[in-house]
Amino acid sequence: MVLAAITWAYVIWSLVPVLVAIQFSFNAGKSRSSWQGFSLRWYAGDPNSVAADPSLRLALVNSLVLAALTTLVATPLGVALALGLSRWRGRTSRVSNGLMLLPLATPEIVMGSALYLVFTNLYLFIPLGRPAQLLGHVTFSISYVVVIVRSRLASIGEEYETAARDLGADRLTALRLVVLPLLLPAIFASAMIVVASSMDDFVISSFLSPDASSVTVPIKLYSAVRNSPSPALNALATLLLAGSALALFLAWLVLRRRGASDALKEMATM
Amino acid sequence: MTPPPGAEPPPATRPGPPARSWKRRAGRRGPRLWPALAAPGTLWILALFAVPFYAVAAVAFGYTDPIFNSPVPEWDPRYWDLTAFGEIVRRSLYGDLQPVFLRTLLYVGAALAVCVLLGYPVAYYLARHAGRRRGLLLALVLAPWWINYITRMLAWLNLLQDDGYVNDLLLFTHIVSEPVRWLSGNPYTVVLALIYGYIPFFIVPLYSTLDRVDERLLEAARDLGCSGRRAFWHVTLPLSRHGLMTASAVTALPMFGDYYTNTLVSGSPTTTMVGNQIEFYLLGGTRKELGASLVLLLSALLMALMAYYLIASRRAETDLT
Repeated sequence: MVLAAITWAYVIWSLVPVLVAIQFSFNAGKSRSSWQGFSLRWYAGDPNSVAADPSLRLALVNSLVLAALTTLVATPLGVALALGLSRWRGRTSRVSNGLMLLPLATPEIVMGSALYLVFTNLYLFIPLGRPAQLLGHVTFSISYVVVIVRSRLASIGEEYETAARDLGADRLTALRLVVLPLLLPAIFASAMIVVASSMDDFVISSFLSPDASSVTVPIKLYSAVRNSPSPALNALATLLLAGSALALFLAWLVLRRRGASDALKEMATM
Repeated sequence: MTPPPGAEPPPATRPGPPARSWKRRAGRRGPRLWPALAAPGTLWILALFAVPFYAVAAVAFGYTDPIFNSPVPEWDPRYWDLTAFGEIVRRSLYGDLQPVFLRTLLYVGAALAVCVLLGYPVAYYLARHAGRRRGLLLALVLAPWWINYITRMLAWLNLLQDDGYVNDLLLFTHIVSEPVRWLSGNPYTVVLALIYGYIPFFIVPLYSTLDRVDERLLEAARDLGCSGRRAFWHVTLPLSRHGLMTASAVTALPMFGDYYTNTLVSGSPTTTMVGNQIEFYLLGGTRKELGASLVLLLSALLMALMAYYLIASRRAETDLT
């Protein structure tokens, strides 16, 4: 059948290049186009490997630290915003609602330029580099958290909360003892998605990175791939891939309880 | 069941007029709790999304310091200076930026056309005919979504080198007689890279629309004597119009602002897009007011596109009901 053939061809076309790139991170030779046997030298051992080259190691550490900090800040902010927006009716809440969705519809280059200009002209007390990158990453991550948590809130409905309130809990107690535990899987999944999207971000990090000290993995890949290509870059990319794959796998595990394909669909609607 | 610590006893057991006091208390507490929860996130987005956007305008409409010859942002709209913005608009309409805009439009249009032609069958198969393999296929189609964009480009850079696998294959099958130079200013490579980069973002929203098309409508069409092909043209395709538009918007918006794909696979001025110019003026040179103006111009164009999408998708929805 033609459609099946197109679909499988598409899947192969979309994934095989990446698999080849991963394969060459294990190349025993220096080439990225001819296979010279298996080796781990580009991960550790070789003076140019990820473990030995200080600039590659720094990029990896920067990416991980930035992703962890972003998640710690963005998840509570996003969960609170989602709870507030889903219950609070009023004109201000509608404005806030629309405002929250805008970062999702803004091209990254516009957001990156805007953040760059605001940090260099107005918020001068926030230096470019990790502090500015953290604020930028949190800004685009909040919307992800809000969208995921709100869809879960909608599917929980208000019945449990009403029941708790009928039994005498005040709003805050009902929230703490009933709603938050029910939301926990969605909160965890959105945190993991924030980890992955922060590690994957290139444009915002790059606009807000003034020098080599705040280079993240995507920036390093971008700047080094044309000037000093080596299989060590493939190894670095593979490590990043493993990191975000792990985060998403954890998110999927938690969401899976509601059926695997539902969970995939939920992650897809992001 | 014991009430949770700190909670008041259930209103029914309380003597006196419990209902009113309970209600009053909830009324007092509730309206303040929700805005309080929403406030930090809202303020964050105001300070780090709305204000930065204003900063772009302030820089674009600012003036140049006569002594240091450096751009100074103007925060008061009453004193906005439109010289730099006017220069950018003029250059975009008649000058050196005109080909850049046309090229961007052409590349995005071509990439989007291929996304429709290739993405629709894939999304359709996934939604209608994948059967038992659907979970697996969906996971595979979603995978590139979460592989770092730069990594995916890096993968093609490996393959497209002069002595890479692609040229090996083309030489081996005698399609070409000498290696194709893919990575030095080849517009086809840029368009292919854009397609490769963004097509997953096209397929997924389209899939979720096609997945929701009611099977019974198709059965009805067939019962009324429609062939499979006619049922597709008259039922499935109109019903997926909204999804097609969403998918196109989701892919076109970031493509218009893309600069890294171009730099990675071409790096030549002959394939420069609008995003590359923005990056050049903002991060490279001293004329940041031109870069900011370009951001404003691009945002205005994209907002017009978004507005059209919102109106058209509302119309598509009312057409269905």
